[in-house]
Amino acid sequence: MTMKTFTRRLAIAGTALALTVAASAQAADTIKVGVLHSLSGTMAISETTLKDTVLMLIDEQNKKGGLLGKKLEAVVVDPASNWPLFAEKAEQLLVKDKVAVVFGCWTSVSRKSVLPVFEKNNGLLFYPVQYEGEESSKNVFYTGAAPNQQAIPAVDYLMKDIGVKRWVLAGTDYVYPRTTNKILEAYLQAKGVAPADIMINYTPFGHSDWQSIVADIKKFGSAGKKTAVVSTINGDANVPFYKELGNQKISAEDIPVVAFSVGEEELAGIDTKPLVGHLAAWNYFMSEKSPANSEWIKKWHAYTKNPKRTFNDPMEAHVIGFQMWVKAVEKVKSTDVNKVTDAMIGLEAPNLTGGVSKMLPNHHLTKPVLIGEVRADGQFDTVWKTTGLVPGDAWSDFLPGSKDIEADWVTLKCGNYNTKTKQCSGQNYK
Amino acid sequence: MVLLLALLFAMTARAQTPAPVAGDPFATAVAGLGADNFPDKAAAVTVLTELRHPNGRAVLAAMLDGKLYLRNADGRVFITDAGETALALTDPLTMQAAGTGIPDDFARITTNNSLRKTLRSAVAGFALADPDAAVRLGAVREMLRSSLDEDSAALLRGALEKESDEDVRQAVREGLALADLESPEPEKRLAAVRALEKSLNSDVYNRLTSMVTAAEDGSYPEADERVRIAAREVIGSIDSSRRVYGTLETLFFGLSLGSVLVLAAIGLAITFGVMGVINMAHGELIMLGAYTTYGVQLLMPQHIGLSVLVAIPLAFLVSGTVGVLIERGIVRFLYGRPLETLLATFGVSLILQQIVRDGVSPNNVPVETPQWMSGSWQINDALSITYNRIYVLLFMVLVFAILQIVLKKTSLGLKVRAVAQNRNMAKAMGVRTQWVDAMTFGLGSGIAGVAGVAFSQLTNVGPNLGQQYIIDSFMVVVFGGVGNLWGTLIGGMSLGVANKILEPWAGAVLAKIFVLVALILFIQRRPRGLFPQKGRAAES
Repeated sequence: MTMKTFTRRLAIAGTALALTVAASAQAADTIKVGVLHSLSGTMAISETTLKDTVLMLIDEQNKKGGLLGKKLEAVVVDPASNWPLFAEKAEQLLVKDKVAVVFGCWTSVSRKSVLPVFEKNNGLLFYPVQYEGEESSKNVFYTGAAPNQQAIPAVDYLMKDIGVKRWVLAGTDYVYPRTTNKILEAYLQAKGVAPADIMINYTPFGHSDWQSIVADIKKFGSAGKKTAVVSTINGDANVPFYKELGNQKISAEDIPVVAFSVGEEELAGIDTKPLVGHLAAWNYFMSEKSPANSEWIKKWHAYTKNPKRTFNDPMEAHVIGFQMWVKAVEKVKSTDVNKVTDAMIGLEAPNLTGGVSKMLPNHHLTKPVLIGEVRADGQFDTVWKTTGLVPGDAWSDFLPGSKDIEADWVTLKCGNYNTKTKQCSGQNYK
Repeated sequence: MVLLLALLFAMTARAQTPAPVAGDPFATAVAGLGADNFPDKAAAVTVLTELRHPNGRAVLAAMLDGKLYLRNADGRVFITDAGETALALTDPLTMQAAGTGIPDDFARITTNNSLRKTLRSAVAGFALADPDAAVRLGAVREMLRSSLDEDSAALLRGALEKESDEDVRQAVREGLALADLESPEPEKRLAAVRALEKSLNSDVYNRLTSMVTAAEDGSYPEADERVRIAAREVIGSIDSSRRVYGTLETLFFGLSLGSVLVLAAIGLAITFGVMGVINMAHGELIMLGAYTTYGVQLLMPQHIGLSVLVAIPLAFLVSGTVGVLIERGIVRFLYGRPLETLLATFGVSLILQQIVRDGVSPNNVPVETPQWMSGSWQINDALSITYNRIYVLLFMVLVFAILQIVLKKTSLGLKVRAVAQNRNMAKAMGVRTQWVDAMTFGLGSGIAGVAGVAFSQLTNVGPNLGQQYIIDSFMVVVFGGVGNLWGTLIGGMSLGVANKILEPWAGAVLAKIFVLVALILFIQRRPRGLFPQKGRAAES
């Protein structure tokens, strides 16, 4: 070996070493944040914005100097509205990319699909959407509404303020609408509504031929009693549904539709004139006037460079969830999942509509409940609002199976504790 | 500076409009519309309705349209036309222009559903004297939506005397008869029941049913026996006509769903049925047609009504060209190898989806429905049909007829049929079979594009649009009998009707499953479908 080749080899080895060091230094300098939202397929209409929201939050945090002296780095994957793919992508985020936290999922079936992955790998998921409850996992924080923070108050409003006597429960055929409707049915019957006055209807994802269902609703509503539709229809099937309502001239004054999955973002893509007066129940409306709200809307418009982009409820949930996660990480000075989950409980973050949300021991939040009527410009006029904040209840008090179940990760250390048998059943309830 | 300007505006506005005369009930009621809660607003609306002030209608209509604003400074109510920077104010008391204001100084007076219902009924009361019969009919219908109080009944009686239009008279009579059912005199009630005989209005039906439904102690809300018998007769006749209309409605829904299926499948009936090519990219050709509609609407945003018509030939060209490219580029190398064709065209379908996803947007795009296609045709109280479905049904019939003419009457059609029946013989007779293959594939693809234009009016336009229809399309073609356009038509229509008959009692999810299971059983019994091809062509 001549001297020349030796030096050359040394140089190559040195560069290679330097590169590896640089790469590992790079990796150590960032905290990875996973974003698990569908960017294509039937749920993209709702989930794409959430991806942008998380990116904006990360951007904001990095401008403030990052977290624990490191920059945050987003790892975005596209599970394409395909539920098994959610689990695969979650596994990839946790095992391959080793993210500190994941913000993601919209439909409950996607959450159910990733749940075992998060529990197996001890990951951390922030789930920002209203859902059916009946779940509390150590590895998930539910920043959206539980049924008692959205569905039940909405039904109460219709019953007491509007005088609704007949109910159509219409939903997409999967776990969230089925469970929510089960809870609502039990609740309505407990309030003295006859079974004949409740009509339940399920449709597949992406359903587009609504003519006979809307005609049925019309017939059901013409029996002389005030009728309302409680809609848990998800994703883009809402567009042809509302179009058909408009075409068959069902106005909100005769049969109001109260939706749990239709917000500003979904309304932005459609002609809202036939929808004026239909209702939505959420924990946030973009039209609410408060300093925190206008500040975030301004940031959002600046980030997206589009002054017309809408802000909605699950986005607010991500904002609250992200702030809490940052606080928890700063508190324990580590991104270790066990330490962070313990520190999360009891943390507070301001709501954008006023008031301060608190993380409860059952991994749910306290939230205000708002009911709004659709305006012609696609925004909502708040017509009713709870006076205080409602604490999220993981296990519904209206279902026979879940009445005695409690979730408490502080004293009981269990998400599914039966107060009668005094047993913790783990996460595989049912 | 802005503040100063605002003050100046406010001052000039005040100078132009005289302060409300104290004790003027109209002024008090108008001021009451600006109350901060809905019950007080509703009370003010009722007062305004009773006052019948000449400006009342304009004020209430403005409130209904959300054009009534409250000035924050002094709590006065104005009618405005909302502008970006300045509001043109009108004083509701005098109907005179009252200068302009800046939006930040004003708050819109909000309404809710029940208030809007009251407002509509109130505005309708003013519209009873409108010279246009259609407006009067609408006004009467609007008033009858909420139960009549004595004032409105008196108003309607007055209107009936002056009314000349028969439809309006009928509607008014119906409403008055309903009000008469509350009368203490049995004779009057009996007459009212008789008058309601022809009505299909659901309010009438509910009211009559409640009259003859026995309470728990065996007594009836309607005391008189004769009135009850008459009411039962009327209910019976309403029931039977409702059943007839209900059946008609289901039939139409079925035909409409069937027309969608046929439109989706008819292009495939040519490529798959006539040529025997399994084209998995068929759905994406439909999608391209739908996106063409979107593109046309982007190019001519002022003429949405026309855009759909312009999109039809364009979509045919776009999808047809892509079809020819697929045939020339891929399919022609794979004739006689169905499995490879299937895989290759499946690949093409993924490529087309991804092109749209990256090129346009992964999200759905909004395609507007033209005015002439929205709304519904109200035949009577029990039956109405939406326009967009009628047009799609007619469009399907038109496309089918044109296709039949092309295949049966043109030289291209003759060659297509010749090649389908016996390729070698056709070749021997001098037919350029390669050219015919390309044209046939292009024709089938173009028809798929045209179907896409129709679907853009019914469903969401997104990269996955085609996936929804591909299975259904194959189902219809196989069910109808491969190679037979009439089979496709009848197959699609019967699947649609069967689906809609099952849907009311099985639900949308189960109905689809039932139809699919029935179809599998049918194909087991008759593998060649409803109308199998006969003769030598069937054997090859």
